[in-house]
Amino acid sequence: MVWRGCAFWEEAAMGKQVLLVEDEMNIVEAIRFLLSREGWDVDTHSDGASAIDVIRDRKPDLVVLDVMLPGKSGFDILEELRGDDATADLPVLMLTARGQSRDREMAEKAGVSRFMTKPFSNTEVLTAVRDLLYVHGQRT
Amino acid sequence: MASLHILVAVSLAYVALLFCVAFFAERAGMRGRAGWLLRSPLVYTLSLSIYCTAWTFYGAVGYAARSGLEYVTIYLGPSLVMIGWWWIVRRLVRIGRTHKVTSIADLISSRYGKSNGLAIVVTVMAVIGVTPYIALQFQSVIASLSIFAAGGLAEPVDEGAARAAGFWIAAGLAVFTVLFGTRNLNVNERQHGVVIAVAVEAVVKLIALLAVGAFVVWGIAGGVAETLARIDASDLGTWEMDGSRWAGLTFVSAAAFLCLPRVFQVMVVENDDERHLQIASWAFPLYLMLMSLFVVPIAVIGLDLLPAGANPDFFVLSLPLSQGQEGLAMLSFLGGFSSATSMVIVATLALSTMVSNHVVMPVFLHVRQGGATQSGDVRNVVIMARRLSILTIIALGYIYYQMSGGSGALAAIGLISFTGVAQFLPAMLGGIFWRGATRAGAFVGLGVGFTVWIFTMLLPSFGPGAALSLATFETGLWGLVWVRPQALFGIEGLDPTVHAIFWSLLLNVIGFVSVSLVTFPHPLERLQGAQFVNVFEHSGQTRGWQASVAESEDLMIMTQRILGADEAQRLFQTAADAQGRGGYLPEPTAVFLQQLERELAGSVGGATAHAMISQIVGGTAVSVQDLLAVADESAQILEYSNQLEAKSRELSQTAAQLRDANNKLMQLSDQKDAFLSQISHELRTPMTSIRAFSEILRDTDGLGPMEKSKYANIIHVEAIRLTRLLDDLLDLSVLENGQVTLNQQSGRLVDLLDHAVATAEASEARPITFRRRRLDETVTLHTDLDRLSQVFINLITNAQKYCAAQVPELRIVVSQTAEAVLVDFMDNGSGIPAEARDVMFEKFNRIGAEDGAGAGLGLAICREIMSRLGGDVRYLDGTGGTAFRVTLPHAQALAAQ
Repeated sequence: MVWRGCAFWEEAAMGKQVLLVEDEMNIVEAIRFLLSREGWDVDTHSDGASAIDVIRDRKPDLVVLDVMLPGKSGFDILEELRGDDATADLPVLMLTARGQSRDREMAEKAGVSRFMTKPFSNTEVLTAVRDLLYVHGQRT
Repeated sequence: MASLHILVAVSLAYVALLFCVAFFAERAGMRGRAGWLLRSPLVYTLSLSIYCTAWTFYGAVGYAARSGLEYVTIYLGPSLVMIGWWWIVRRLVRIGRTHKVTSIADLISSRYGKSNGLAIVVTVMAVIGVTPYIALQFQSVIASLSIFAAGGLAEPVDEGAARAAGFWIAAGLAVFTVLFGTRNLNVNERQHGVVIAVAVEAVVKLIALLAVGAFVVWGIAGGVAETLARIDASDLGTWEMDGSRWAGLTFVSAAAFLCLPRVFQVMVVENDDERHLQIASWAFPLYLMLMSLFVVPIAVIGLDLLPAGANPDFFVLSLPLSQGQEGLAMLSFLGGFSSATSMVIVATLALSTMVSNHVVMPVFLHVRQGGATQSGDVRNVVIMARRLSILTIIALGYIYYQMSGGSGALAAIGLISFTGVAQFLPAMLGGIFWRGATRAGAFVGLGVGFTVWIFTMLLPSFGPGAALSLATFETGLWGLVWVRPQALFGIEGLDPTVHAIFWSLLLNVIGFVSVSLVTFPHPLERLQGAQFVNVFEHSGQTRGWQASVAESEDLMIMTQRILGADEAQRLFQTAADAQGRGGYLPEPTAVFLQQLERELAGSVGGATAHAMISQIVGGTAVSVQDLLAVADESAQILEYSNQLEAKSRELSQTAAQLRDANNKLMQLSDQKDAFLSQISHELRTPMTSIRAFSEILRDTDGLGPMEKSKYANIIHVEAIRLTRLLDDLLDLSVLENGQVTLNQQSGRLVDLLDHAVATAEASEARPITFRRRRLDETVTLHTDLDRLSQVFINLITNAQKYCAAQVPELRIVVSQTAEAVLVDFMDNGSGIPAEARDVMFEKFNRIGAEDGAGAGLGLAICREIMSRLGGDVRYLDGTGGTAFRVTLPHAQALAAQ
């Protein structure tokens, strides 16, 4: 029971918007379930090519980003986000199924906030999201 | 007091004695008797003493009296050559014997491609260098005569009478040399008479000098101890020794020993047996040591006893005379006389051979075009040329003596001569040890060395203001300061002798080596060079001539004229017999011509013999075989370089192959990485869903039954997906490795398609409408039906998954050609973009992958299967929708393959 009854976190997340960029529907389903219970306002998008526009448009507080996306890879999206002043500080949690150390290096170079390999444990994802929210909250 | 007449009589009697010795030796040699004596190493060693002339006999004492121990260098040089450098001598002797070399000029010209020009240069240089030396011998004989006549005192003597005596002595020597030096035309067939006479004279001069020495030590000084005491007391021992003079003089003596024409004559030309060198290598230095043993005592006692004006050059003579020892003085006189006469005889002999072979004969042959084959007895011409040369050279020496008026110390003239002939050394040694030496290099080296020698040594020797003006000494030639005869290039302070030796030989060597390096030898030169340098590897097999049979007679005629009829006939007969031919004319084979050339070379020298034969054989100085031999050599070099080239080509090919292989491996490695990455992705994705939902089910309280069922279903679907993925991977791996075994069966196509459609419809995929013409499908197949059905199912499910039409439809059309059955699967969707058509058959290439239903292995598996079955599957263009054509060869067509 990690997250049940943690009113502090629920309050902290309340009203915050997370954009989930992931093309695997079942995974979207799982993360949406986890984060909405935490109080997040979960939005999803499954295409890589248009992801940037969606982020600029909706201005989420947090992005959970898959690497292998149709149209454009997660790395490219992240690099583009970091190159834009409006999204340079946006917390990005990256998830990848290609568990190679090179991918982690590439993600860190591109300026990722947090990097996780699939399959993840639910607790890990929640902890990461909370950290990012806290750090981001401190900064703003 | 002996009168001049008695002395002349004794001298002539002595010469007569030599005549007898020479005559009997010659006779004995002809009859093959007394070979043990004539061909003994002792005689050879004694004949080498030709090196010790009157200069050594008289002059050494004078030298010691003037310059202390420096005279030792004159003995040291040859001793070092015989002891330390005997291998050079051995090589010279071997070359001389193999190539029938007649003189040092012949050796040098033969080595550099039988160049007569070079032979003439060497001959002229030798004559210029040696004539003063011959004059020196006359001077010493005449001076000794007058001293003898004067009773050892500085009394005035009848100079004219002494000179008249000198003239008669010169004439006598000329007669002797002509008689014994030209008896045998073929110089190579040893002049036994002369050699024996020289050996006898060597003994006489040694005994004479030892006798005088013994008399001085024990007769005058009173014993060895007293003599040593007097030597210590004299200022002889206190002479300062100049290191550069010592080194220079020792070197130039050694060089002259190898290059002096007369020494070359006895050492190389007259050598009977190479093994004699072994004895001579220690016996000759011993002889020199004995000759030098009493030099210092005689000089010291002479300086002590004789009046101040006495010429120390003649202490050997004047000391016994002053003590009233007429007999001993006579012996001493005979010793000096022996030294002088033997030198004159042999030097003249050597020079005359050079002059007649390299100057007179070529001129004669040139003047009379084709002369050798036409009328006229060439043999007589050769003999006449040689005799005339002898007379001319002796006359030259005598005239030189008359002109110079007997000026200068003996040693000075000797050294000038030594340095002059030493100029031959670079070309000679370079020729026998260095294949790279060229004719042009030899020309330049000899020319430069000789010019410098004339300028720095010969001309200055006449005294300042005589040959060279005083201004030249002071301010240089034409006012150029750096060309002063005793300070070349402005380097002053060197001893004039050392200066001349140093510069002449240094510039000689530099000219020789540098020009040799930049010029390319002619073919004949290269052949000769190879044979001279490698004389010990292939003894005497020179290659060269080629002639037609018609020329044999001409050759015979020519040979008769040079060797004489008997000798020529014997030579040709022997050769014909050896070839197994009847008659007296042998086949003019290369071997015979070679032999003939060598025989003729023995008479007229290498260059002339070569020229004579080439006149007859067609003027080709270089034969086809010569060219072949040279070509051979170049071919070897070429082959070698070709091999190298091939090797390097091979290496670069290997390198390219390695590079390719490496690239391929890198590609494979990249592909493997990409493949693993893909697999990882494909496996982790369903696992992620499974893990996430299983954790949700486990950890979330209060989930409704609907949610629980939904999440469990997701886990189930993803687990199946995982399993299928693993199955596909294994399937593909087996297919790609070729480990699959085909289960060949016969069946009808229609049944196979029915089964595939039924299987696809049973799946949970979207429904699709099938359009078929079953009549066309009644084809019997013989193949692995299960695998083919797997392909069909795959294609149908792809259509089910990806056809985006509102009402999806799939047409299955079967047609046949002569070779194959074609099954087309065509849907009514939007088709596949052209750029994706090639890659979609690759592993993990999904085109429309949003739903994540497949891992992108299906088409790759289909392609593998069809290739195993002998057919193929490819995208079918132009149907509007997505279409695939499966091609399967007919059973019989397959069997035929």
